[in-house]
Amino acid sequence: MHINDASLCRPLFTAEHSLPSHTVTLQFEDESISVPAGITVAAALLLKGAGHFRITPVKSSPRAAYCMMGVCFECLVEIDGKPGRQACLATVREGMAIRRQQGASELPPLAEENQNGE
Amino acid sequence: MENNIVDLAIVGAGPAGLSAAIEACKWGLSVVLLDEQAALGGQIYRGVDAAGKKRRSVLGEDYSAGAALTKAFAESGARHIAGASVWNVGRDMKVNYLLQGASASLQARYIILASGAMERPFPVSGWTLPGVMGAGAAQILYKSAGALPTESVVLAGCGPLLYLLAYQYLHAGVTLKAVVHTTQRSDYVRAVKHLPSALRGWRDLRKGLRMLAHLRRKQVPVYAGAQALSIQGTDRAEAVSFIHKGRVHRIESSLVLLHQGVVPNTQFSWSLRARHAWSDTQLCWVPETDEYGQIEDSGIYIAGDSRGIVGAKASALQGRLAAVTIASKLERIGARDRAIREKALHVDLYRQLHIRPFLDALYRPPAEHRIPQQDSVVVCRCEEITAGQIRQYTRVGCQGPNQTKAFGRCGMGPCQGRLCGLTVTELIAQARNVSPAEVGYYNIRPPIKPVTIGELAA
Amino acid sequence: MEWATDRAPRGVWRARPLLTRKSMESKEEVIIVGGGVVGAAIAFGAARSGAPVILLDQGDIAHRASRGNFGLVWMQSKGDGFPRYAKWCREAVDFWPALAKELFELTGIDVDLRQNGGFWIGFSEAEMRAREAMLEKLKDVGPGIPYEMLDRAALKAHLPAIGPTVAGGSFCPLDGHVNPLKLLYALHASLKTLGAQVFSNVDVVHVSHQQEHGIFHVKSVDGRVWRAPRMVLAAGLGNKKLAAQVGLYAPVEPNRGQVLITERLKPFLPYPTNKARQTAEGTVQLGYSIEDVGLDDGTTVSAIEWIAKRAIATFPILSDVRLVRAWGALRVMTPDGSPIYQESVSCPGAFVATSHSGVSLAGTHAYVVGPWMAGLSAEPQDMAEFAGDRYRDPARSFSNAH
Repeated sequence: MHINDASLCRPLFTAEHSLPSHTVTLQFEDESISVPAGITVAAALLLKGAGHFRITPVKSSPRAAYCMMGVCFECLVEIDGKPGRQACLATVREGMAIRRQQGASELPPLAEENQNGE
Repeated sequence: MENNIVDLAIVGAGPAGLSAAIEACKWGLSVVLLDEQAALGGQIYRGVDAAGKKRRSVLGEDYSAGAALTKAFAESGARHIAGASVWNVGRDMKVNYLLQGASASLQARYIILASGAMERPFPVSGWTLPGVMGAGAAQILYKSAGALPTESVVLAGCGPLLYLLAYQYLHAGVTLKAVVHTTQRSDYVRAVKHLPSALRGWRDLRKGLRMLAHLRRKQVPVYAGAQALSIQGTDRAEAVSFIHKGRVHRIESSLVLLHQGVVPNTQFSWSLRARHAWSDTQLCWVPETDEYGQIEDSGIYIAGDSRGIVGAKASALQGRLAAVTIASKLERIGARDRAIREKALHVDLYRQLHIRPFLDALYRPPAEHRIPQQDSVVVCRCEEITAGQIRQYTRVGCQGPNQTKAFGRCGMGPCQGRLCGLTVTELIAQARNVSPAEVGYYNIRPPIKPVTIGELAA
Repeated sequence: MEWATDRAPRGVWRARPLLTRKSMESKEEVIIVGGGVVGAAIAFGAARSGAPVILLDQGDIAHRASRGNFGLVWMQSKGDGFPRYAKWCREAVDFWPALAKELFELTGIDVDLRQNGGFWIGFSEAEMRAREAMLEKLKDVGPGIPYEMLDRAALKAHLPAIGPTVAGGSFCPLDGHVNPLKLLYALHASLKTLGAQVFSNVDVVHVSHQQEHGIFHVKSVDGRVWRAPRMVLAAGLGNKKLAAQVGLYAPVEPNRGQVLITERLKPFLPYPTNKARQTAEGTVQLGYSIEDVGLDDGTTVSAIEWIAKRAIATFPILSDVRLVRAWGALRVMTPDGSPIYQESVSCPGAFVATSHSGVSLAGTHAYVVGPWMAGLSAEPQDMAEFAGDRYRDPARSFSNAH
């Protein structure tokens, strides 16, 4: 299946006010995006044309936000290195790094043990 | 608050929860209200406190009225814990929640659960594609972020929210490519039976009719009585197809908003092992409670749409009624005051409930969109289990939803049955030729919202 | 219907030859009460041997201990102080590959069997020493139960994710895990293919023996009756009451275990451990409590928190992993934690079978117990040690700690 690998495509939604009073800058995949402050990560991704939010672990299907209220669990993304976060329940923050969830959540790399076994 | 016990813990900051808190504080109870969102209002009044003039104008009077409720709550003396993800409510009257990455708990003398409703699943071909969302979801997107569709959009399904969103979008300057709804002549015929009582709720009825007239005036293409809805696309939504007046129609669109009513959010009530009845008029599970919303003798009450769909105003009244009876149990309200208050609330509630039988009949979602006949349609979105697979399970002896978990992973994903449960119950009932009541529902277990192992271990 | 296993499983055990002329001549109908993993495996074993099988199952509302099985195919440390049971568990492990293969061939269902060894994790030197002593005693049972004690460094070489407070562990190359829900499904699907009669939604309330004709009557709560010359009670907690009705003694009590399930994760744990395993789908199962709470299969916040604490101590990298579900299930526990298999003396042809290790023992239940209880093969050696009557011996005391 060919899924558009580009970070961003044409957005399905646009903000009501073209020049919101406060904005924040986030990273989505490798792109820098500027969005209104105070909105959810899911809204931010829809406004900026993220296309799909994740690829499912079962059949590698592309999925995006569906219910916008935290019940469908389709909007799972990686936020600041933590996978499996519901984007519709997270508020954007300056400098936040968001990545698409690729299948099952990845565990963090193992910390190196020092000689004391800590 | 951890070591103290609070008189009343309320879960959910929509109309039922807010009203219950306001009422309870009036009678001197100590109240804590927990909600997952950062701001008050639940979903129906989502973002109401931050909404500017334009947004309030688009969303209408009913929405703006929510600001009065949030204001009254702010002045009530109740404590609000925002951003609290409640993951367990126990019969021991303990509420466990996650707040800023740490697990916390609250002990209460009484609990009111007011988690409201969610959009009914809409299992048709292509419903899992990016670019397909709930109409309610799109409305939340506007309420919370002022976001509007960039291109002309298709709305499909049935129910008052579908027309409301269409009306609001027109007001906001959005182009509607089409409104495709499934309501048929037979639905009107069925609903007419309830008309006399609905006429008593004439204001609501008039509102609905006004919206439809407006759509027609603005020359929005409306396809009534549509059937066999499906969405086409490989990696994203590209078009909607349906049958209308015997012809197949295909409308291209990258954004398709689906809606066929709302259903109670019953995760908490099932996890508390409350008995539930299958409502054939609302096609959903309804927790069994006494007239005030109490589950058995538990001290746990359910108010609002999560007890059966009743709408915002009725939800508020149910919240107040629960609060009054709890205040009475805690001896903060005398018998006479209680009687007066309850009578007033009951009268209002009766008036609010009047339009329900009419709406339920008129906007009954068609079976073909609740129980997919095409085998390839995905039923369990999380685990990508299709209607055909579930029917196959019944052929090898699967009797109910809990057994589907043995045959495949149906219902075991992150949403824990929220988006597949009703479909699975009805699908198995149809395959076995028995009632949904006999088939039953998933065993719902904590955590009701995900918690990390680290948060639990801390 | 004849089946043969082509290759010998590990060790010296083969699946018994199924059909002899004698057995084909004497195929009595057998009713099996209980469609959980114990009853279904016995039914499968009887059916594939050619016995006409009737399986009566409670269905979706059953306590269904099978749904609560952790999924380990385990024999490391089983049967300490009970050599016959240790031997029984040792044999069971060798039957598993044949069972998995046969179920797949019959139904197309892959039960995700992995038998590459398993680890027990220890948190103190004292625990390690006690473990080693016990495994040393068991090492010569049957064809041998190999084990290896691993200190922290050695354990970390196999399980790099272990936490700093783990002292070490033991490894047994024969252990493994499987998907218990798929196993149950595969057994039921096999029964269908083999032509067994399966009745669902049957709540058996009374069994009786009609002496004169040697026929058993099995009656359900809604008044239906089934009759057969042989009957196997595999009804889990229901066995206590039903066994007594045919002169058998099965003092089983419920024992709750709570388990946590995480979201799907990319593979990180290639071996099962005694309290944590990563399933084929990627979810991690974390266990478990041992509670005496009657018939309450609910979950408690305290047990959930305790299991989470232990999980973090074992694998600290699970810290940000999300728990999706916790559940409780009722183990069917005997006073010594070991199985009961017995034929009734007063009502010959009636059997009771119960074990809380229904997954580990599934192969033995299918290939040995099924044919025996269906009257198609001889009673296995020393089965008297598994008789329920052993609990009546005033000279013995029992513990089912595990």
